[in-house]
Amino acid sequence: MYRTGIEPPERVWWKKVARHEKVWVWIAFAWCMVLFAMMPIWHLRGGQNPSGIRHRVDPADFQARVLEFVQEYQVGTDNGFPVVEPPPGGDVYLQASQFAWMPVVRLRQGAEYTLHLSSLDVNHGFSLYPLNINFQVVPGYDYGLRIVPNEPGEFHVMCNEFCGIGHHLMVGKIIVEPADAVADAEGGDR
Amino acid sequence: MNPFRKCPTTGLQVHRTADRLIKANAVAATVALLIGGVAAVLVLLTRWEAVLLLEAEMFYRMLTVHGMNMLIFFIIFFEMAVLYFASAVLLNARVPAGRLGWVAFVLMVAGALMVEWTMWTGRADVLFTSYVPLRAHPLFYLGVILFAVGALTVVGHFFAIITIARREKAYEGSLPLVTYGALTAAAIAAVTLLHGAIIYIPTFLWSLDMMNVDPQVYRLVWWGLGHSSQQINVAAMVAIWYLLGALTVGAVVLNEKVSRTAFVLYVLFISMASAHHLLVDPGMGPSWKVWNTSYFMYMAVLASMIHGFTVPAGTELGMRLRGAAQGLFGWLKRAPWGDPGFSSLAFSIVVFGFVGGITGVTFGTEQINIIAHNTLRIPGHFHATVVSGTAMAFMGITYYVIPLIFRREIAFYRLAKIQPYLFAAGMLVFSMAMTFAGTFGVPRRHWDIGFSQALFRPEFSPTVNLIMGVMAVGGLVAIVGGAIYIVVTVTSVFFGRRMAADDSGLGASGRGLPPGITSPPRPLVPEDAEGLKPSGRLGPVPGTMVLVFIFLAAFITYYFVNWKLLSFLWEVG
Repeated sequence: MYRTGIEPPERVWWKKVARHEKVWVWIAFAWCMVLFAMMPIWHLRGGQNPSGIRHRVDPADFQARVLEFVQEYQVGTDNGFPVVEPPPGGDVYLQASQFAWMPVVRLRQGAEYTLHLSSLDVNHGFSLYPLNINFQVVPGYDYGLRIVPNEPGEFHVMCNEFCGIGHHLMVGKIIVEPADAVADAEGGDR
Repeated sequence: MNPFRKCPTTGLQVHRTADRLIKANAVAATVALLIGGVAAVLVLLTRWEAVLLLEAEMFYRMLTVHGMNMLIFFIIFFEMAVLYFASAVLLNARVPAGRLGWVAFVLMVAGALMVEWTMWTGRADVLFTSYVPLRAHPLFYLGVILFAVGALTVVGHFFAIITIARREKAYEGSLPLVTYGALTAAAIAAVTLLHGAIIYIPTFLWSLDMMNVDPQVYRLVWWGLGHSSQQINVAAMVAIWYLLGALTVGAVVLNEKVSRTAFVLYVLFISMASAHHLLVDPGMGPSWKVWNTSYFMYMAVLASMIHGFTVPAGTELGMRLRGAAQGLFGWLKRAPWGDPGFSSLAFSIVVFGFVGGITGVTFGTEQINIIAHNTLRIPGHFHATVVSGTAMAFMGITYYVIPLIFRREIAFYRLAKIQPYLFAAGMLVFSMAMTFAGTFGVPRRHWDIGFSQALFRPEFSPTVNLIMGVMAVGGLVAIVGGAIYIVVTVTSVFFGRRMAADDSGLGASGRGLPPGITSPPRPLVPEDAEGLKPSGRLGPVPGTMVLVFIFLAAFITYYFVNWKLLSFLWEVG
């Protein structure tokens, strides 16, 4: 005899489950296992994982490292921000603070870099437009992400974590030079 | 005076203190909904680039107001009313500590007022999440603490009511499923509010310069409150699904064991929910992220997929047993679509499952979160769960609470009948447009994606502007639906026609009472089951069987499309 959900059932409600209900529960369970398996599989086979090299960093130390990085590889300025071109395979330091990303970075298509993100003050959000790649930037933590830009172009870094009254002003820039253009330029130099 | 009154409609013995506490909490919830709703209009008309109504500072302030009022004050006040209803009313039980109930209510109101004051005077422009080290006035944190202490007291009171009801044999047998569901919601609330204490008390001290709070630890523990509390909403909403099903069409419980186990699954893994928000954070490693974001291998998702089957299946079976047995979907055709309780139930299940559930699981996948974190996809997801799901279900049950508890008829009943349609359709368009805009990288919590004042100016494609316009139109329709809800409930409660103490409302159609009250589903007799023949391979609930497989297909498609989108990106790791 069936009851509604507002009628108290008998004390022992531990009854056998009907076949069709059981089938659905098992199908749902199997799907949950697929969902669970996909994440480790992507770590082994996929190219996009948020693992990174993670450690604590004092905001002042991080700022010093960013300045060092700028001094070593600066190639110009854009809108008052230094433009920095690190060697392929190297470390890139991007500093978030209210309300700017520093510096502007120039990368080469197909080369691998380690992009270090940290904040000097509050939480910020690294959001690479138009690719839609998003990471949280937390003060006191260095998030070192291995990246391989796969297409040339001009990309913007929007802040997508509310960081204060000037949040919407906080836009930075990453330029990716095409692989062959870079190779040509280097050939010409020689 | 007898402390109990007999409900003429349901025959339940209702403790008058429970009546009063339910009324007070429901009224407070509606006030919060009104404030949050006004803020919603302002926020919406600002994010619609064509209007850009507010200045930046006011936009962030109103966004804070919107979040706190909707997600904390409205939802939790309403849940307090649900707890009293599911315990004292459904169990014929007394409220043992009425005065404590009022102390808790006053604490919650006082806490809420403190928070409102700091927000409206610009002392707490930190948004709903108040991530340290963004700083708000100390009274903001203290207000939240007081509110949480009040809510925690009600949760304790709820456990006491159930214990006493059992000891005094107020009911026979086991707890009804709806009360059982509310019990799991209360258990989750206890855990959640403890997280709240663990994080807000140090943060309060930090705001007084008395200690330090690590920003990453704050995010970890705060989301133990922030996301786990959404699980209170889910458990309370599912309990209300069973309640609305029972009241409107006499939905049955297929199997108590299955439904109750599913509720328990919500409780067991609740603290892990925090991880959904930390998937692209620097503080935690991959194994922590994978394990926690999956809630112990997706067991909470399994729970929702079970309820997503058992609630419609119970509705289908309850209707088939009462004679609506034609074809696959004859029961849906015969369903009381003019009953705002039933239409709310149906829309709540569909939008919560198809939009909210599927997007939630997908965005909460460790790697897919890279293309979802802090974009508009996230508010798109949770407006489909907590608004189209939870708030929709809460609105639906209100149309029964007004006659059963407030003992009033529903004012403007014809408006009330179309209210769920407007609200559900508006929210559906709104949340889907938001989710879609987010796939283009449109950030959430952002004053101006035209970047009119920024040094570097990324430009979104015209498609995005169009989607944002669609989002705004959907949002406005939903706001009209929400406004009708507030007008109908406030008018009914304060000016609606009173029902006499012995007026059951039975047989009085056309009087501003939903059909579940004027002509409630007839009680089942054993012969009903004999008339029901199993229809072939699809079993006793063929319609639901078809629906859940459509759902599964949509789920699988959306999930793998997102993996595909992710694979096009730069390699990152």
